[in-house]
Amino acid sequence: MTFIMSIMLPFIIILFLLLLVLGVVSYTHLENVFGIFIPYLALAIFLMGFLYRILSWAKSPVPFRITTVCGQEKSLDWIKANRLESPFTTLDVIKRLALEVLLFRSLFRNTNTELNEGPKLIHWSAKWLWLAGLTFHWSFFIILTRHLRFFTEPVPFAIQFIDKLDNLFEIGVPALYLTDALIVAAITHLFLRRVLVPKIRYVSLPADYFPLFLLFCIIGSGMFMRHIYKVDLIKVKELALSLISFRPALPEGIGVLFYVHLFFVCLLIAYFPFSKLMHLGGVFLSPTRNLANNNRSKRHINPWNYPVKVHTYEEYEDEFREKMKAAEIPVDKE
Amino acid sequence: MSELDGVPKPEELLKIDYQPPRKGWMDTPVNFKPGTYNYPAASKNHKILELPFPREWSPMEEDWKLPENWKEIVVNGIAERLSKYRSFKVFMDICVRCGACADKCHFFLGSGDPKNMPVLRAELLRSIYRKEFTAAGKVLGKLAGGRELTPTVIKEWFYYFYQCTECRRCSVFCPYGIDTAEITMIGRELLYLLGLGINWALEPAAKCFMTGNHLGVYPHTLKDTLEFFADDIEDITGVRVEIPLNKKGADILFVTPSGDYFADPGTFTCMGYLILFHELGLNYTWSTYASEGGNFGLFTSHEMIKRLNAKIYAEAKRLGVKWILGGECGHMWRVIHQYMDTMNGPADFLQEPVSPITGTKFENAKSTKMVHIMEFTADLIKHNKLKLDPSRNDKLKVTFHDSCNPARAMGIFEEPRYVIRNVCKEFYDMPENTIKEKTFCCAGGAGLGNDENMEMRLRGGLPRGNAVKYVQEKHGVNRLACMCAIDRATLVPLCDYWAPGVQVTGIHEMVANALVLKGEKERETDLRGEPLKELEE
Repeated sequence: MTFIMSIMLPFIIILFLLLLVLGVVSYTHLENVFGIFIPYLALAIFLMGFLYRILSWAKSPVPFRITTVCGQEKSLDWIKANRLESPFTTLDVIKRLALEVLLFRSLFRNTNTELNEGPKLIHWSAKWLWLAGLTFHWSFFIILTRHLRFFTEPVPFAIQFIDKLDNLFEIGVPALYLTDALIVAAITHLFLRRVLVPKIRYVSLPADYFPLFLLFCIIGSGMFMRHIYKVDLIKVKELALSLISFRPALPEGIGVLFYVHLFFVCLLIAYFPFSKLMHLGGVFLSPTRNLANNNRSKRHINPWNYPVKVHTYEEYEDEFREKMKAAEIPVDKE
Repeated sequence: MSELDGVPKPEELLKIDYQPPRKGWMDTPVNFKPGTYNYPAASKNHKILELPFPREWSPMEEDWKLPENWKEIVVNGIAERLSKYRSFKVFMDICVRCGACADKCHFFLGSGDPKNMPVLRAELLRSIYRKEFTAAGKVLGKLAGGRELTPTVIKEWFYYFYQCTECRRCSVFCPYGIDTAEITMIGRELLYLLGLGINWALEPAAKCFMTGNHLGVYPHTLKDTLEFFADDIEDITGVRVEIPLNKKGADILFVTPSGDYFADPGTFTCMGYLILFHELGLNYTWSTYASEGGNFGLFTSHEMIKRLNAKIYAEAKRLGVKWILGGECGHMWRVIHQYMDTMNGPADFLQEPVSPITGTKFENAKSTKMVHIMEFTADLIKHNKLKLDPSRNDKLKVTFHDSCNPARAMGIFEEPRYVIRNVCKEFYDMPENTIKEKTFCCAGGAGLGNDENMEMRLRGGLPRGNAVKYVQEKHGVNRLACMCAIDRATLVPLCDYWAPGVQVTGIHEMVANALVLKGEKERETDLRGEPLKELEE
C-alpha cells in the first residue's frame, strides 16, 4: 500500500459522496431520505454497533492483571507511592483513567528523540501531538454539546452558557466560534503530521485518512453554512425537534448544504463502530490502564486458568536423589 | 571484549537511517541479516517440553518445513487468543496509528528499521487479524489494512517478534496503553504452535523444567558453587557464612535467578545475599528444586510461564516456610508480581510476610507472599538494622539502571535508590527521560541476550548506552548498578561498546561491600577481590 493510494482512496470516496449528496438533493426530491431515513439508520447502526463492539470486547476475559505502572509502587509506609501513576485502589484507577481520558496523560509524556553528533541521543519533550489531540477532542465535544440547542426547546441554560462562552470574542457576524477555529487548527495539524512526518506517513492506512477527510467535510460544511452560504436555522431546528421526538417532519427549503453536513455526520457515526474511532470505548477497557497495581496484595482470578504439566519435586528427587545424598542435601525419601 | 568480535564499530553502527523506504511495508520482505536474528530452538528442547512439531530448521533457508495445515493452526490460534485475552482483542482494534510509540522503542532508535516501531510491529499481526477476522478486511483486503497470511508473514513475525524485548516502554506512551509485549507474547505463542522458537529462550526453559534452573545446574553443583562463594567470602571478610539448602522449617525461602550464581558480575551480588542473610541471622533456605527465579516461559508462552513458575509455591509448601523472598531480577519480578498468584496461587499455606528483623509487615505482598529483596533491605536500612560503611564503596561513582520489568510492571523506583544512596556516597541518576517508567531496555531481555544476535542487541542498547555515557562524561560515573540478572549479563558488552570504562554491578554487591559484619577482619578488597581504594598512581 503506497502513500498515494492510502490517501487518494479515501479522498476519492469522500469526494464522490460529496458530489452524490449535492447532486441527489439538488436535482431530485429525496430530502426525506437524507433528512429522515439516513439519520435514523445511522443512529441505529451507531448504537447497535457501539454496543456490539463493547460487548464483544467485554466477552473476552482479563486473565492477568498487566497494569503498565508509571509511578512509584505502594510498598513501605515511608516511601511515598504515586497513586495516580501506580493506582492501588479502584478509586485510584478511576482517577488514573479520568486523567487519561480527559487530559490525555500518556500523550503528555511524549518525547521526540534525535540522534546528534557525539553520538548524543536527545529525548526532547514533544507536546504538539498532545496539544492537537486534546484540542481536537475537546473542541469536538463542545461543538457537539452546543448542537444540542437544535434538539431542545427551551434551550437549557447550560447549553446556552456553553454557546455563549464559545462565542466570547464575537469576531464577525455571526460570530466565529472559538472551538470552530480550534478544531480546524487541530485537525489540520493532525492531518499534516500524518502526511509530512515520514514515519507516520509510512504506517498510515486509508482507514487513517478517511475519518480525517470526513471530519474536514463535516466541519467545513458546518462553518460554511454559518458564515457564507446560510441555511434556515429555524427549519433545521424544526427538523431536529421532529426527529428527536420520533415524529419526523421535513420542512421545505432548508438548503442543500445542510444535507451535506447531515449526511457526513451520519456517515461518521455509522462508520464509527467499525473503525479505529472505537478507541473512544476501547480506552476504558484497556487492561494496562484500567487495573490497579496491587497484584501482590490482592489475588487476580483468571477464569480460564487450567492445570498444566509440571515437573514435580518427587520426579526431580527421583532423578537426582543419589547425587543429592552424596552432597548431603536433604531428601524426602532416603 | 571477545563478545564484540565481528560487530561493526560504533561509527558504522551509528549510520542509522530513520527514513522509511519508499516501498510500502507490506511489500518489503524480511531480510535475515547475521547478527540481527536468533538461532532456532533445537528440536530436543521442543521434545522435553512436549511442544508441537519439533524439527531442525534454519531461518536462512527458504523452506521452514511448516506443518501442512499451518495456516489453519495460526488462524485458530489467533481466534482462541482473541477469546481469552481482552488485551489482545482490544489492542487489535483500537490503535489509531498516532505514532507516539514510534521513537520510544530502543530497537527502532538503534536500527531505524520501521518495522521496529511498536505500531508497525503490532500491524504485522493486526493486518492478518483484519484479513481473517473483520468483515472489511475480508472484503476489501489491503484497502482495509488486511493482508494475506503467507509463509513470508510467518518469517517476518519470527524476525520482529524476536526483535522486541517485551520491555513495555511503548505502552507507557501509548494514549490507550496498547502494550506491545502482549502482542509479541501472543505472536511468539502462535509461532510455537508451528514449532518455531529460539534456542536461547527454549533451552533455558527446558533446563529449568528438568533441573529447576535455566542453566541446568545440578543440585550438588549448586551446593559446590555456593560453598565456593562462602570460601571467597571468608577470604575477604574473615567470616564464614552458612549455606542452608532445601532446609525444612526455615522461615523464608529465598529464590533468585540462576544467573546470580553462574557468572560474574552476578556472582558478587549472590555473595552479597549470603553475607547479608548471615549477618542478619536469618532463618532461611535456598532450594535446589526452585533454584531459578527467572522464567523464560515469559518469553515462550503463557502456559510455559505457569509450568516453570509452579515450583516456587510447590517448594515453599514442601519446605513449610512462612514466606518467600526474591532476589534481584527483572523479568522474574514481572512474573512474580503480575502472574504467579493468578496462575499458581492462592498461596494460602504461607503467611503474610513479616520481616523477622524489623517486624515490618509487607502488606503490599500479603496475597502473593513474596517480597522483593530491595523492599526487604530498604526496610532494614530505614530501621537502622545494618551497620554500613559507605566509604568502602568510595571508588565507585554509581548510576542506576531501572530494569524494564521491575519498573513498568511493579513501580519499584525509590527502594533501590534508597539502598544505593545508603551504601555509597556518589550516586547520579541518568537523564529523566531514560529512567524509572521511561527507562530504556538493555536490549537483551526476553530471550534475545545471545551472542548471535549481538549487533541487534548493541543497536537496541544505544539509548541506554548513550545515557550511561552522558553521566560518565558529566559526573565520572564508573559503575552501572542494576537489579536484574539479565542486565548483569547484557549491560557488560553494552557498556564496553557504548560507554567503555563503566562496569556493571548488582546492588547487593555494593550492600555487602559496605556492610560491617560482626567479627570481620579489616577488609582490603571488595567482593571482586579488587583493592577497596583506587591505587594512587
